[in-house]
Amino acid sequence: MENKIIETDKKVERRSFLKKFAILALAPIAFGFLGASDKLKTVKKWMLQNGYIPSNHKWGMGIDISKCIGCGRCAVACKNENNVPKEPFFFRTWVERYRIYEDGDIQVDSPNGSIDGFENTRTTNKKMLRSFFVPKICNHCDNPPCVQVCPVGATFKGEDGVVLVDSDYCVGCRYCIQACPYGARFLHPETHTAEKCTFCYHRIVQDKLPACVEVCPTQARVFGELNKKSSPLVRFLRMNKIGILKPSLNTEPKVYYANLDMEVK
Amino acid sequence: MKNFLQKIPEQVKRLSVLLLVVVIVFIVATSLLTPKDFGLVGHYRAGAIQNNADKKMQYAGQEVCADCHDDIWKTKNSGYHKNLSCEVCHGPSFNHVNEPDQFKPEKPRDRIFCPVCHEFNPSRPTGFPQILSASHNPRRICVTCHNPHNPTPPQTPKECSACHAEISSAKSVSSHMDIPCTKCHEASEKHKLRPREYLPTKPANREFCGQCHSQDAKGDEFIPRISMATHEPRYVCWQCHYPHLPEAL
Repeated sequence: MENKIIETDKKVERRSFLKKFAILALAPIAFGFLGASDKLKTVKKWMLQNGYIPSNHKWGMGIDISKCIGCGRCAVACKNENNVPKEPFFFRTWVERYRIYEDGDIQVDSPNGSIDGFENTRTTNKKMLRSFFVPKICNHCDNPPCVQVCPVGATFKGEDGVVLVDSDYCVGCRYCIQACPYGARFLHPETHTAEKCTFCYHRIVQDKLPACVEVCPTQARVFGELNKKSSPLVRFLRMNKIGILKPSLNTEPKVYYANLDMEVK
Repeated sequence: MKNFLQKIPEQVKRLSVLLLVVVIVFIVATSLLTPKDFGLVGHYRAGAIQNNADKKMQYAGQEVCADCHDDIWKTKNSGYHKNLSCEVCHGPSFNHVNEPDQFKPEKPRDRIFCPVCHEFNPSRPTGFPQILSASHNPRRICVTCHNPHNPTPPQTPKECSACHAEISSAKSVSSHMDIPCTKCHEASEKHKLRPREYLPTKPANREFCGQCHSQDAKGDEFIPRISMATHEPRYVCWQCHYPHLPEAL
């Protein structure tokens, strides 16, 4: 009898111990959750203060190849707007010239990212079949390889679909530069962090167009929402034959090209 | 319980203690080193969105320009350049909007700027207005003939150059480019119909050139001057100087 009582006492003790242990273990997690939701509130509050809620938007860009005149104003504006180093190998956006000859030979060049214009000299005697300009920019992939490879979470796809870099958090390991199939990233020579097109994030949160779209003299670039039927971009997608770069990679770019030639890579 | 603990080999005990230490150090380190806003909205620092949004604008956008320069804005929007933003040519002007007197936007006036878009290039789309700047009035600044805010091509009289193209293209690269044909030649309307019967007039004497090139002639300082009395008085000017391209000697 005595033994039994002692046994039940022991059982009660264990149960209460487990309870206390569970409370002790879960408390910090619960506090963490509370704190997190508090911070989430502050983040959301900031977004509301600016009148900009990322989850309400989905940005994309349309580029009409048949309108581009290769003047390079977009590349100049981008460098001015975003303090991109002036050296001729750092670009957030640039323009390439494609020259396709009758024998199927393809020449692609982009001297100083098109900022100094394109020389009109012939390098071969071959007959040219067709020629055009292709503006290039970060494709803001829906399935971005650069975000996948970032070891610290310094580059990310925001809720509005824009792929951004957290330059305070980037360690400059250059994995993302290697991973980008479009060559849209570079390492900033002074900060030693990865840099790329942000769709001029500081402008679009204030309802302004990205600098390259603002200055394009022929409206070859169109910027707008992808999920609002009234946006100029959706109209652009509806009225043109659309192509994307490297569709086989399944990166699902949000930069759409109209009248894109099959030779463009 | 004691039995069970005794049964565990010594090395396993030590290793598990070590493992526990490693796990605790890892948890403490991650909680200390991870920024507080990391992972709030996704696998990234939520504050990074704000960092990206906080950058300073350089291009104000053309709607802002219209607030003050509404006359130019209207001119531009009625012409061929209606789709151009002001800052394509005038450069980033956000500072000018805030402090209009302190920061003045650029005014590109040289012949290098307009050909950025309008120089002939076979890669440009057909129909886009293009010129060959080497032969298109090569010594003139674009804005003397074309108003950049309303760039309709000026309707210059092509009457002379229609037939005398060689002379007019030679003149266009000379320092006489701004002198109209009619300053030296008087051609009647009949010359257009029967050119060989009704010839235009030509200057007849040295004094005609002396109107600009003699020592006491009125006019700009950059015009070269000669002494009419000592500068080869036995010849007329055009025996040595070709008036349509006086540099060619």
